[in-house]
Amino acid sequence: MSDTTYEGGIADTRARQQDTPVHLPNSTPRPEGELERLKQVWRAPRGFHFLSAVNNNYVGVWYVGAALLFFVLAGALALIIRTQLAQPEFRLIGHDLYNQLFTMHGTIMMFLFAVPMVEAMGVYLLPNMQAARDLPFPRLSAYAFWAYFIGGTAFFTSLFFGLAPNGGWFMYPPLTSYKYSPGINADFWLLGIGFIEISAIAGAIEIIVGILKTRAPGQSLDKLPIYSWAMLIFALMIVFAFPAIITATLLLEIERAFHWPFFIAEQGGDPLLWQHLFWFFGHPEVYVIFLPAAGMVSMMVPTMAQTPLSGYRLVVLAIIATGFLSFGLWVHHMFTTGLPTLSLNFFSAASMAVAIPSGIQVFAWISTIASGKLQMRTPTYFLLGFLFIFVLGGLTGVMVAVVPFDWQAHDTYFVVAHFHYVLIGGMVFPIFAAFYYWAPTASSRPLSETLGKWVFWLMFIGVNVTFFTMHITGLMGMPRRTYTYIAEMGWGTLNMISTLGSYMIGLGVLIFLVDLAKNFRPFRGENAGNVWNAGTLEWLPSENYQTRSIPIITSREPIWDQPNLAEDVKAGRYFLPGAQTGGRETIITSPIDARPQYILQLPGPSWPTVLAALFTACFFLGLTIKLYIPALVCGILAIAFVIWWLWGSDPGPAVDPEIDVGGGLVLPTYMTGSMSHSWWAMIVLILVTGTVFACLIFSYFFLWTVNPDIWPRSGEALPWFGWPIGAALLYVASSALIWFAGRRLSHVPERSSWPTRIALILAVPLILGAVSLEVLGQLSTEVRPTDSGYGAVVYMLSSFQGFFVTVLSVMALYTVARSLTGRLNRVRRSTFDNTHLFWHYGVAQGLVALVVVHIFPRLLG
Amino acid sequence: MRRSRFLAASLSCLTAAIGSISAASAQPSAILDRALMWIQSTMVTYGPSAGAIETLSWIMFIGGTLIFLLVLGLTAFAMFARPERRRWMTNRTFIISLGIVFPVVTLTALLIYGLILNRTIVTGEPPALRIEVVGERWWWRVHYVDAEGEIRLVSANEIRIPTGRPIEFVLKTQDVIHSFWVPSLAGKLDMIPGDVNVTRFSADRPGIYRGQCAEYCGEQHALMAFYVVAMPQAEFDAWYAVEAGPALEPTIPFIARGRELFIENGCGACHTVRGTPADGVIGPDLTHIGSRLSIAAGTYPNNIGTLAGWISSAQHLKPDNLMPSFGNLQGEELRAIAAYLESLK
Repeated sequence: MSDTTYEGGIADTRARQQDTPVHLPNSTPRPEGELERLKQVWRAPRGFHFLSAVNNNYVGVWYVGAALLFFVLAGALALIIRTQLAQPEFRLIGHDLYNQLFTMHGTIMMFLFAVPMVEAMGVYLLPNMQAARDLPFPRLSAYAFWAYFIGGTAFFTSLFFGLAPNGGWFMYPPLTSYKYSPGINADFWLLGIGFIEISAIAGAIEIIVGILKTRAPGQSLDKLPIYSWAMLIFALMIVFAFPAIITATLLLEIERAFHWPFFIAEQGGDPLLWQHLFWFFGHPEVYVIFLPAAGMVSMMVPTMAQTPLSGYRLVVLAIIATGFLSFGLWVHHMFTTGLPTLSLNFFSAASMAVAIPSGIQVFAWISTIASGKLQMRTPTYFLLGFLFIFVLGGLTGVMVAVVPFDWQAHDTYFVVAHFHYVLIGGMVFPIFAAFYYWAPTASSRPLSETLGKWVFWLMFIGVNVTFFTMHITGLMGMPRRTYTYIAEMGWGTLNMISTLGSYMIGLGVLIFLVDLAKNFRPFRGENAGNVWNAGTLEWLPSENYQTRSIPIITSREPIWDQPNLAEDVKAGRYFLPGAQTGGRETIITSPIDARPQYILQLPGPSWPTVLAALFTACFFLGLTIKLYIPALVCGILAIAFVIWWLWGSDPGPAVDPEIDVGGGLVLPTYMTGSMSHSWWAMIVLILVTGTVFACLIFSYFFLWTVNPDIWPRSGEALPWFGWPIGAALLYVASSALIWFAGRRLSHVPERSSWPTRIALILAVPLILGAVSLEVLGQLSTEVRPTDSGYGAVVYMLSSFQGFFVTVLSVMALYTVARSLTGRLNRVRRSTFDNTHLFWHYGVAQGLVALVVVHIFPRLLG
Repeated sequence: MRRSRFLAASLSCLTAAIGSISAASAQPSAILDRALMWIQSTMVTYGPSAGAIETLSWIMFIGGTLIFLLVLGLTAFAMFARPERRRWMTNRTFIISLGIVFPVVTLTALLIYGLILNRTIVTGEPPALRIEVVGERWWWRVHYVDAEGEIRLVSANEIRIPTGRPIEFVLKTQDVIHSFWVPSLAGKLDMIPGDVNVTRFSADRPGIYRGQCAEYCGEQHALMAFYVVAMPQAEFDAWYAVEAGPALEPTIPFIARGRELFIENGCGACHTVRGTPADGVIGPDLTHIGSRLSIAAGTYPNNIGTLAGWISSAQHLKPDNLMPSFGNLQGEELRAIAAYLESLK
């Protein structure tokens, strides 16, 4: 590279070196042993310990592999389903197994394949695309992966015991409540999926902070790869959508276990509450799956056409618009429930509007193809196949958004055809394109072009044969979720065609697996390199440590626009050419313009993380099969391992508190407050819990609008006002103590740590007391949670707050322990800051709950 | 709907061409002409509500096909046209006009059409008849109710209506969520616990229209169908008069023996046969079961053979339904009960 001096500096730090000019390139050749040290620090553990690896290049590939495994398994279930339906009144499998199979097929495809797959690709690709050495919380992604993989496998095996859920992937009560589903099949769904959603949220937090905070210097938002944009919106959508399903599963599991009647109409619950919560998650879910895939397409099309993406800004706007709009159309899954016409019209309009951002992206891709010269390689085939299938699925999507048409098409095979077109077109084909496209970054050999085309044609023809036919089957009146049909209905031939098509898809996937077995060779420390002549950073020469040095970016396609970039990066002419802090590290940058802020010291291989995931999975599994004592033991072990894992985080400044990362750029090695990556993660976690809480508040008001009669009319049925006043005072007092602890911490170590410790310890009984007063107040009335929807939701709010306050207490005591062991002071205070933020949030949440529960009914008079 | 007859015929040709039913093109003439009995198609419609949706469907299918071809054509052009001829596709105007302006215009038009259609389907003249349908796992309880909501007539799995006049259906459920759907006459509407949904539609002409549960409701969701039988008003009135009366008295000893066995075997614990001691309410009312088209909720044709088979092996034919298999009944006894039921016209 030519000598460049960045006058006025490029850093964004609090320290004085902010304006120091930066001069690149670094001198070469680099000092002896620098590269060896870098390699040594990032070396994967050997042998059995390989499983404790946390680096995204390993975890990402495992994660993708596990998601692929579930895709194949759920696909196999689909083939059994299709065989059963190939002929009318066929008796291959009984209704009981059939109902389990279609439930498992949908559930696994959505929760164990689609969401984990796009998240896995993000874990693998994002640091590569942003030239970061890893995501900011490598152990969190490892935890998310292991929890998902172990939990998912246990969930799948329920099929072999005839215990698999059979209430449909949408699990509508009352069919799935204790009266009509007394077995533990439904519990497998509720606990299994609830748990896997938690893993998805963990991944989303990781991805948000990763995209915002670990980028190549200079990779400002307007130069961010479209894929990163898509993943940012994807992860934010998870943050706001998944809490709804977590709330819903929590309520239904409590209804099943303790008979709190949230969804039982006779007792003042409402089955429609489930549908609202489920689809408030369920519709964004579709875009949660589609956006990352669309983001991948926006990366692949420019490479295959050898030209930058047309309409970059329009595409970014389209992605953001999709994120917003997708939260406003969940009711289009409920057009046949008899809702008022006005709300049907609103949601119909919103459902159509969401087609526009997809249209923008489709025409941006076509425009890109027109601008360049499309190379007809295997990824291109899948991309064109995607365009064909997805556009067709989008058009039928507009049709079902028209309310009267939906009255006919809803819950028929027309809808089955529609969403398979959308999901296979919108997600599976882009993912297969991505497998062929990005395999050379992970594997020492690319996948086979010849086999790839076989895979494509079998899948493409198979999908159209299977699912186009289903449009007609549906229009001819065949409902979904039926294990058989009468011969006279005349649906036999169409079903046979669909079944034959599905075998073609199966054959295509099988050939893909052969291709993988023959050619995919990951973890060899080398890769096939930039085989497509792509322009983005994941194609820089890389190894386990990612790139040798971290470049400054001045373009959206730096490899195309910055001459010699690959050679300079590889020669270590940019930032962080070695392991400067002595361990794993990466550069944290500012969220908008990606200016370097500090060096994040990253953790290496970790067994406690894997064990924490294992015992979390065992805890949920134990609850499901009603082995409560082992479940409790596993739960305690899980918490113990999480604490062990966390104990190593918040390391404080490195031996050298400030480090020259190259070119005269000096960065601190530790940061607290709003620049810190952990502060951002805590904010996202608060958004998640806030959404869960908002869903509970929604449930409270929803049940009130449905059954206002069961709400207490006067103060008499409510607890005496003194109870909530007392609780509120204790909440506020605990917050004040935490605030005081923070003030005093600013003077440690000059002054004693004891006031901080004592304030933290005292805050615990106060906040526990606050929640106890609330519960005692409720118990002082006649109302019990099993009485009515009102009782259930009121006690639910207190229970949720009780859980929350328990977590806060553990956090406070953990913080005290950090202080007692000398790990907490004025500088090294991230642990305290997190507790502090979460505490105030928890108190605010408790106060809102008190207002809703105690003041709202009194306002009703 | 007359306007769409041509289109319906073309769909029939399409479906026939791919080896599917050819019965769709048959024209029903008389009331018990069973040509339509196995048609459950949204595209072969005999009522204004379903007809309007059928027209909408064709407009959208044709429009959708044209848009699809446009997108494919543009993609092919972008790939294969000479670079100078496809330059117009490379700028923002192309993306904005096709990605924003075009969908906004077409979708707005479609939305307005949908809203208008929605209104015409939902509102209408006052109903000629109110029928309450209660979803059960896995059959349909049918109540003809008067203006005060009093039940005047109880039946099951078959709804007879007069033609040409709107009928109000009051939809409820006894247990889980079901969905009431007769594609040839109207779209579906769910039956939700704690809720009462009301829909109105009519049949243009006499005929037998098949319906089926459209919301997954457990083990035997697949076998939960029913019939709507539309008849001219006079015929309907005559049917109603008979249907409202008690069960026919047996006239021959074999059938009288069947009635005795029916009572002795405790069938009356679950079933009602008005005019006999059988007054159970768990299962379908059987007072006039002999006149119905099907048994087991649209699953088997109704004749003495299927009735006998159902009584002896209900759990084999439709597992997990509430009716036990009366395997103890053999030969003559079984035939006698079946003959008795068949005689209940």
